Amino acid sequence: MTHFSAVVLFALFASIVFGITQRETPRRMIRYGVYCFLLFVGSAIALSWIMYLIAR
Amino acid sequence: MATEENKSAAAGGGFVYLPLIAGWLVPGAGHFLLRKWGRGALLAASVLGMFVMGLAMHGKLYSGAHDVLDILGLVGDLGNGLLFIVSRALGLGADQVQITTGDYGTRFIVVAGLLNVIAAVDAHNLRTGRKK
Repeated sequence: MTHFSAVVLFALFASIVFGITQRETPRRMIRYGVYCFLLFVGSAIALSWIMYLIAR
Repeated sequence: MATEENKSAAAGGGFVYLPLIAGWLVPGAGHFLLRKWGRGALLAASVLGMFVMGLAMHGKLYSGAHDVLDILGLVGDLGNGLLFIVSRALGLGADQVQITTGDYGTRFIVVAGLLNVIAAVDAHNLRTGRKK
């Protein structure tokens, strides 16, 4: 398993739980879950690039 | 926002903390008790998936508390309920993290426990009518 696939799976599982528990209607659950997933993965990619550029 | 009528209707008979305790002991069970089959199945799959992946990555199951970080890890692990207790009894999980993915696995297990607590509290909120 690569680091990135671990991040994606972590984001997927956490986003499902966040979506279901933090919103009341199915439509809003899905929207919030997708929002959390994109934030998780996007943050990981952005932070990875920042660390890469700092380490150069 | 739930109305007072909804709250009193949802809080009908029975032990009000049952979904909370069941949800903590078995991931998704709190929602199953409330007949929220789809939500319960997704929550169970997420928590169980994360826990099993943590073990598969040779993650560590905390057994004792030697410092503050160990205490926090143990509290997170305990959130998994029976999954943690049974896994400890079967001797699953690494005692020492020796490979890189083992560190990830340890975090997966802790976060699975924390997510399970959130799911159990959600079941309690559904039971009391605080959430629809």
